[in-house]
Amino acid sequence: MLSQLETYLRAEKLPHIWCPGCGNGIVLGSLVRAIDELNLDQDQTVIVSGIGCSSRAAGYLDFNTLHTTHGRALAFATGVKLAKPELNVIILTGDGDCTAIGGNHFIHAARRNIDLTVVVFNNNIYGMTGGQYSPLTPPGKKATTAPHGTIEPNFDIPRLAQAAGATYVARSTSYHAAQLTNLIIAGIRNKGFSLIEAVTACPVGYGRKNKLGNAVDMILWQKEKAVSVKQAAKMEPAELADRIIIGELYKGEAPEYTAMYDQIIANAKTEG
Amino acid sequence: MNSLSHLKPAEIVLRQKWCKSCGICVALCPKRVLALDGRGKISLVDTSLCTKCRMCEIHCPDFAISIEEVQS
Amino acid sequence: MSQVVEMARLMQGNEAIAEGALAAGVRFFAGYPITPSTEVAEIMAEKLPAFGGKFIQMEDEIASMAAIIGAALTGLKTMTATSGPGFSLKQENIGYACMAEVPCVVVNVQRSGPSTGIATAPAQGDVMQAKWGTHGDHPIIALCPASVRECFDITVRAVNLAEKYRVPVILLTDEVVGHTRERVVLPDVVEQINRKKPNVPPEHFYPYRADEDGVPPMASFGDGYRHHVTGLVHDEAGSPAASPQVTENLVRRLVDKIDRNAADIISYEEFMMEDAEIVVFAYGGVARSAKRAVKEARQLGLKVGLFRPVTLWPFPEARIEAVAEKIKAFIVPEMNLGQLRLEVERAAKGRIPVKGVHRVNGELIPPREILAAIKEVR
Repeated sequence: MLSQLETYLRAEKLPHIWCPGCGNGIVLGSLVRAIDELNLDQDQTVIVSGIGCSSRAAGYLDFNTLHTTHGRALAFATGVKLAKPELNVIILTGDGDCTAIGGNHFIHAARRNIDLTVVVFNNNIYGMTGGQYSPLTPPGKKATTAPHGTIEPNFDIPRLAQAAGATYVARSTSYHAAQLTNLIIAGIRNKGFSLIEAVTACPVGYGRKNKLGNAVDMILWQKEKAVSVKQAAKMEPAELADRIIIGELYKGEAPEYTAMYDQIIANAKTEG
Repeated sequence: MNSLSHLKPAEIVLRQKWCKSCGICVALCPKRVLALDGRGKISLVDTSLCTKCRMCEIHCPDFAISIEEVQS
Repeated sequence: MSQVVEMARLMQGNEAIAEGALAAGVRFFAGYPITPSTEVAEIMAEKLPAFGGKFIQMEDEIASMAAIIGAALTGLKTMTATSGPGFSLKQENIGYACMAEVPCVVVNVQRSGPSTGIATAPAQGDVMQAKWGTHGDHPIIALCPASVRECFDITVRAVNLAEKYRVPVILLTDEVVGHTRERVVLPDVVEQINRKKPNVPPEHFYPYRADEDGVPPMASFGDGYRHHVTGLVHDEAGSPAASPQVTENLVRRLVDKIDRNAADIISYEEFMMEDAEIVVFAYGGVARSAKRAVKEARQLGLKVGLFRPVTLWPFPEARIEAVAEKIKAFIVPEMNLGQLRLEVERAAKGRIPVKGVHRVNGELIPPREILAAIKEVR
């Protein structure tokens, strides 16, 4: 019920700046439902974001919110979490913010397995600046800086996070908003680096130029293209090539960074 | 017997000033409860058809529609 | 009769910087190795845990600047250390700290540049960068120690000024001072200044509403005063706002915050200046040579004094202007091509000659070169 959820929003700042049909608001709603389900203390939760349309989400959330520089949210968040591990730290970022300029901080935060939950709003484009291509813009698609179509292969964001050391990795879409909430809940519960990719639509900056239809068409496309992990296991690679695999993709166990550092402190204090 | 009779009445709350007329709710509603009015804003066609599935609520990017339980 | 035995220690400047930070209450350090600053990180890594503090070597200098800002927002006093190439990388996030008004200390142990330069040779080439390195009109404080003991004292001052004015403070030293070892006796206790905290309940709190001194009280994450922190132009509530009025008010308040408090922030040493006709303006490692040159000049009967700024930014222009009215000439020796000489010229307003002695060969300027310049202008 929205009346419950409004408590988590800076409602006086709505309606938000995003375009009609932008999926970011749907992902934001899924996040808020996850926070509500977990009953997180707003004063003990910090939401960190970078720069881009997705990163504006932080401004609409009534928590300790930290809107940082492009690509650097994970580095700021690492400072917050290491300094005060009792805080819940959630990062909101975009496909470009996270994997292009933020790529280095992304792989290192995952490598450290520091207890952060990262929601990547993947709309396959740099939307805020008018539609330039990102590491997640599919080859052949048009963007303002790829007028002849991009020639760059894409990252698989969850796979990158897992390879780097993340202990919880998942993907869903704005169509599968209820599942997205559940994955975010599991990510926050995981005491380690958690990555949830949220596939979302940018009708104005990406869809229009690539003739992907309107917001309704783009969200129904997500429904059509998504396959569960179970279904994907039975499919050939060629069949999977243009599909979106959704669900919990990996869950592992590894020591969490701030806990290990606390041990260093404990040892130092007994030695001294 | 009406298959929906066991459900409590739903109150569909609209926040038209937040609605950006994207049409997602109308397209995803399985029961055709919703439509965009003359100004393009979310409006109700027939609330008696609503099953409170909340497809509209969780897919609205603008927090413009929600299903509130009516305390009877 | 009991006697207090003062423990003298032999330490290098970088070590004294770390000791000063710990004494001042720094409990979070994020850094990245870079010569000639690495010792600061190494010592903080070793010593912080025993204080319950946190150390992390981040993946690059951009990340270490980000991490110390994040940590500062949870209430900790924080620091990072680097040299030229890393200082360049940090600039965007330094600007973020200026804009969001986050206290932190950035140590730059200057080395020969530009670019990779010479990692192990001194220079003073980042002085203008300390003021203008990040884009836009922004507040900044830069301090410059000239001895190992000052490395300790001035680091304490840097932490305190950062807290008092909610601004990043650059501790601008050089490879000479950073790597020189001297005998020092360090105080057990130092003055610690802490950031002002809100004195109203959360519902009445505006995170960017300044007090009379131009500085807003600061709430930490987890204190119950949740609010938005951003590098975008923002209103007093911290919300992004782009009207001309809000923008002008914010940028001017940020810059004024330092300018109007210059008298409190600026410090310098004046040596033998009471009757001086020629004044040597020198800072950092070069000031050591300059002091020797001044003493030798005095032995030759020349009336020479030394003005040693400890605060480089804001620049002590009022004092330099006043001095310029009473003397015949300034000598400005620097291990750069005239970065502060330009400031001295500007402050002196053409009244008197300002002669530079500039070395960019990776070597400390020796006293004899400064003495030769003094003899030339007398």
